Amino acid sequence: MDDDAGPLVRPYAITRGRTRARGRALDLVTILVTSGDPPPPRLRLSPEHQRLLWLCQIPHTVADLASRLELPLGVMQVLLEELIEHHLLRIDLPAPTELPDLATLRRIRDELRTI
Amino acid sequence: MTNYEPSDGAPAPRAAYKILVAGGFGAGKTTMVGAVSEIRPLQTEEALTEVSVGVDDLRDLERKKTTTVAMDFGRITLSGGLSVYLFGTPGQERFWFMWEELARGALGAVVMVDTRRITASFASIDYFEQRAEPFVIAVNRFDHSIEYTEDEIRTALDVSPDIPIILFDARDRESAKVVLIELLEHAIRQPREVPARL
Repeated sequence: MDDDAGPLVRPYAITRGRTRARGRALDLVTILVTSGDPPPPRLRLSPEHQRLLWLCQIPHTVADLASRLELPLGVMQVLLEELIEHHLLRIDLPAPTELPDLATLRRIRDELRTI
Repeated sequence: MTNYEPSDGAPAPRAAYKILVAGGFGAGKTTMVGAVSEIRPLQTEEALTEVSVGVDDLRDLERKKTTTVAMDFGRITLSGGLSVYLFGTPGQERFWFMWEELARGALGAVVMVDTRRITASFASIDYFEQRAEPFVIAVNRFDHSIEYTEDEIRTALDVSPDIPIILFDARDRESAKVVLIELLEHAIRQPREVPARL
């Protein structure tokens, strides 16, 4: 959708024109980490891709990555999906899709009391 | 670029959970997120609509399809790699596409209410009621606003008696903490489906 020929807003130059992630976008609290695999020889990584791989040596959430690179979320989701497609990043922990179990909720509540 | 460290100082998250902070413009979302968490810059895209076209530079009009908007975002780092992320979401209808994504799997929502503009919170309340998402009402007590009782606010908002209403000060860390703890208590009380087998 939205793929007509008109020029796109500047940040999308980074994503080579892709304006949205395929399928369901990566959740903001999905945790990503580098796979450790070397990039395929012909793959050209943008500085943003490279910086994401650098940061994800340590697990990061999508929201934290967008914040650190100061890129809008939609752009970030596309970049991350590309890195996942090329097996350079992997999902360390998917975001919860429903309300966590009672034990987890109680633990979060108790932890919040101590902050 | 090379001065970046992979870590931003906080421990790497092992599990991350979302809380939404919703409410009308000026209800104090930014203040609350700042009071209780490490606030961070976060931008998201907004599709340009006819409503917002007027405020953009006309010369840019032809090449603009989206514009970026700042979002309230903060992180609370708990022990054991547990993190809670707060996302402040504007209450206007044009942001609802964003809520859908944010609300999935969230711990719940805090709907902030400014008693001077009570109707500004109706859309948020309707949204979370319809989704059966755990939410609490947090009434920000501004210095010069008229004090209402919880009952008066409940009547004005027309929310069911099981939805907690907390009168608080969005600037105060302890006060904002109470709101989050109340939300967790409320989520714990949510009726759950009985598992088919144990």
